Amino acid sequence: MSDILLRIENLKTWIGSGPRPVRAVDGVDLEIRRGETFALLGESGCGKSMTALSIMRLLPPAGRIVEGHVELDGVPLLDLPEVAMRQERGGRMGMIFQEPMTSLNPVLTIGQQIAEAVRVHEDPARRRTPEQRVLELLEAVGIPDPKRRVREYPHQLSGGMKQRVMIAIALAGRPELLIADEPTTALDVTIQAQVLDLMRDLQRERGMAILLITHDLGVVSETADRVAVMYAGQIVEIAPADTFFGAARHPYSRKLFESLPRAERRSARLNVIEGNVPPLDRDFTGCRFADRCDLAEPRCHEVSPEWTVLGEGEGVRCHLYAGGAGVTLFPRAAVEHPDRAVSQGGETLLETEQLKVHFPIHKGVFRRVVGHVRAVDGVSLAIPTGRTVALVGESGCGKTTVGKGILQLIRPTAGQVRFDGEELTRLTQRELRRRRRNMQIIFQDPMSSMNPRMLVGNIVEEGMQAQRMGDRAWRRRRVTELLEHVGIPAEARNRYPHEFSGGQRQRICVARALALEPKLIVCDEPTSALDVSVQAQILNLLQDLQAEFGLSYLFITHDISVVSYLAHEVAVMYLGRIVERGTVQEVLEDPLHPYTQALLSAVPTVDKGSKRKVIHLEGDMPSPANPPAGCHFHPRCPVAMETCRTAYPPERRIGGSRVVSCFRVTGETGSESGPAGSAPR
Amino acid sequence: MASFLIARLASALVVIFGVVCTVFLLIHLVPGDPVELMLGESAQPADRAALREALGLDRPLPVQLGVYLERLAHLDLGQSLHSQRPVAEVLAARLPATAELAVAALLVAIVTALPLGVLAATHHNGAWDTGAMGFSLLGVSIPNFWMGPLLILVFSIGLGWTPVSGRSGLASLILPALTLGTALAAILARMVRSSLLEVLNEDYIRTARAKGLSPAAVMWRHALRNAWLPVITVLGLQLGALLGGAVVTETVFSWPGVGSLMIEAIQKRDYPVVQGCVLVIAVAYVVVNTLTDLVYGWIDPRIRLGDA
Repeated sequence: MSDILLRIENLKTWIGSGPRPVRAVDGVDLEIRRGETFALLGESGCGKSMTALSIMRLLPPAGRIVEGHVELDGVPLLDLPEVAMRQERGGRMGMIFQEPMTSLNPVLTIGQQIAEAVRVHEDPARRRTPEQRVLELLEAVGIPDPKRRVREYPHQLSGGMKQRVMIAIALAGRPELLIADEPTTALDVTIQAQVLDLMRDLQRERGMAILLITHDLGVVSETADRVAVMYAGQIVEIAPADTFFGAARHPYSRKLFESLPRAERRSARLNVIEGNVPPLDRDFTGCRFADRCDLAEPRCHEVSPEWTVLGEGEGVRCHLYAGGAGVTLFPRAAVEHPDRAVSQGGETLLETEQLKVHFPIHKGVFRRVVGHVRAVDGVSLAIPTGRTVALVGESGCGKTTVGKGILQLIRPTAGQVRFDGEELTRLTQRELRRRRRNMQIIFQDPMSSMNPRMLVGNIVEEGMQAQRMGDRAWRRRRVTELLEHVGIPAEARNRYPHEFSGGQRQRICVARALALEPKLIVCDEPTSALDVSVQAQILNLLQDLQAEFGLSYLFITHDISVVSYLAHEVAVMYLGRIVERGTVQEVLEDPLHPYTQALLSAVPTVDKGSKRKVIHLEGDMPSPANPPAGCHFHPRCPVAMETCRTAYPPERRIGGSRVVSCFRVTGETGSESGPAGSAPR
Repeated sequence: MASFLIARLASALVVIFGVVCTVFLLIHLVPGDPVELMLGESAQPADRAALREALGLDRPLPVQLGVYLERLAHLDLGQSLHSQRPVAEVLAARLPATAELAVAALLVAIVTALPLGVLAATHHNGAWDTGAMGFSLLGVSIPNFWMGPLLILVFSIGLGWTPVSGRSGLASLILPALTLGTALAAILARMVRSSLLEVLNEDYIRTARAKGLSPAAVMWRHALRNAWLPVITVLGLQLGALLGGAVVTETVFSWPGVGSLMIEAIQKRDYPVVQGCVLVIAVAYVVVNTLTDLVYGWIDPRIRLGDA
């Protein structure tokens, strides 16, 4: 039996017909060994998902494999007739996908969906009674109470549970290879930690190989044995994980590391990769990365680099290594940020006190109100002028609603919001509209937050028009200025949003927010839809603008590394309330609340050396419609006490800037402790 | 499920009550004197008074409504002015014909539309797709009053396979059912196609294929079950219309259904019969649409199980 389980040679997959098909996968070679975890790393559009779908022969209708050889344990997959291929699919190789929410059929129970896979691949003798095996599989993927769960439908399960069901389906055929396409990207970090752990355990028990497709360096470093980096349809580097995280070889790999936001880079600008991934519908003459590479030489633009073997199952596609000799690693550029270090917080610009946003739940024929979703349930925070306050939490904790409540885009149910000393909650719509100039918002998805039928110029100008700023000519000049300021050429004004890349669109959104000369910008996950190299560009831009205009940011995010890089202060939210807040050093380096500790420990890190211990949280976040009695966190808390079950812990002030709500933490009790469980008005 | 059922039935009852009130008021919405309209201008004053009294129009409105509702509870819809028979009886004689035609047309439609829609969707932009959609366009475009006579000309007069008109056994049902069914099939095939095209792009279809299921299993168990929802909405609306009587088709084939009854009644100004027809049509709509909702819940657990 050979050591190699999967061998891919010169795989080429094109999408679309016509004169210029997109060469999504353009000559990929790789080998996966039995029982190993092989990570395929790359940014969106590099062809990593298409590689996986080619192996499974599950390409979308427009895609086709034009050349190449794929061998699973000696069986040439691309030559199999479709009927035989169906036995391999879901049999010796299973696949799980990025979106567990949409990957399960909504009208079939999860039991039915797993049983289906069992029936296709189980021995004929046992095929008729898959029930027992379904229960075994559910148990294997750690779903509590499987007897009850088999009869449930996907919408009754949380995202993490759905991904477990997907894994159970993939395991039904006892696969030797599990292909996982961004399996945790749509999940929260604490849930991600659970799912990655599960995959690791299953791999150990069953000895299956995993092809892990991801864009997340942290996830790779936590799980992979070997790593392949993909860029523009080709593999540019393959290395054992330890080598890769010790010293990545290809300039693109190195750039990926350098564009990661981290605490140590706080005073520096992130080293970004300029430009964008080239379109794949044309021929390349030189290296595909040459246009964005700092180390490019003339030959890089003229001759395509060959694959250079650097060891057993190791290699790189770069001219720098072509001589066979190692290359002195180039120094990391650390550019000091001019104003950043000295930016000190000024006066309080925005202050919320016991902010509450409750949504009524209607039920029955007469749409009676039967309860409230307490999305935000008593949030107090302050944002000083010129500072960035990060609001961190997992999905469903209410952080986005806090942002909208502050801007009065949703009218709060109770509590105060003071902006520049003025109470916003009592203003009429009309008065509020005038003050919108001072506070703007940037959303997560730049595409859907711009009207696709409006020209970019009009999108940026519209707010100024609404606020009656200047005359037409002045506004037009200003649009040009603004676009150039965020790094978009001025002629973009006459184009439509869909003509730009994701990063450029987010720049346009930043320009739109800046147009009104605001004092505060609420940034709601502004980089989570972007690739890491583009994220770095946007974070740099936001920092520059803060230094230049003294802007304040409320930065809403689930990404701890962005927080550590960008924020001055952090507030951690759980189920509608802030459980801990303080300066970024205090909270991230010495978290006091058990939830903060668990959240931080679950974030995968790229530092191979750091053997941090992940604190595992059981289960999922409860529903904000029906929060647990006492401390909201106590059912999942590893250190919960009897008191935690009955009373919500008051805010305790520690030192000058730190506030924690936990009975385990001793400190002075805050004067403004929130009334626990107060009824909505 | 129980609470979902009760909620749907309750709201259906509310709608039917609204329909009843509207039908009752119809007679008062007629411009001028309804009695004069019914009897003609040359009628004797005594006859008018008699009719007015017979219809109860001389009494105050709330009393009239009360009387109307009470009679309705006993299925008494009044008397036909023309034949002097109870309206309920007249309608009862016509309803089976209409129901028969509606069900037959529906069968024709489903049997043609389903394979056409599936073929078109699975061969998107291919020859099957073009062919199926061409047929569908033709089906929608050809009016029933043209299609009906054409079928009669070919199959009844030319080949002599079916009766020309009337309702006399299964053979006489074929042509009207084909006429009605074709138009419906055309619309349904389009719905099946577009709905399937959307569903076939969903992630869970990819999951199903990744399990190693056969294309037939993917189509039946996964794609069609999800594609049904929008199709059923259209089906419900169309069936409601069919049950209300396919006026044109029934007239062309002299089919003794509710549709042709209504036409006759309107021509004869037989007001109570018209009222009865409108009531039947409206109730048929409500009943069918309520059934559609229930089927929805049966297919889609997210609707059945609500937010809980």
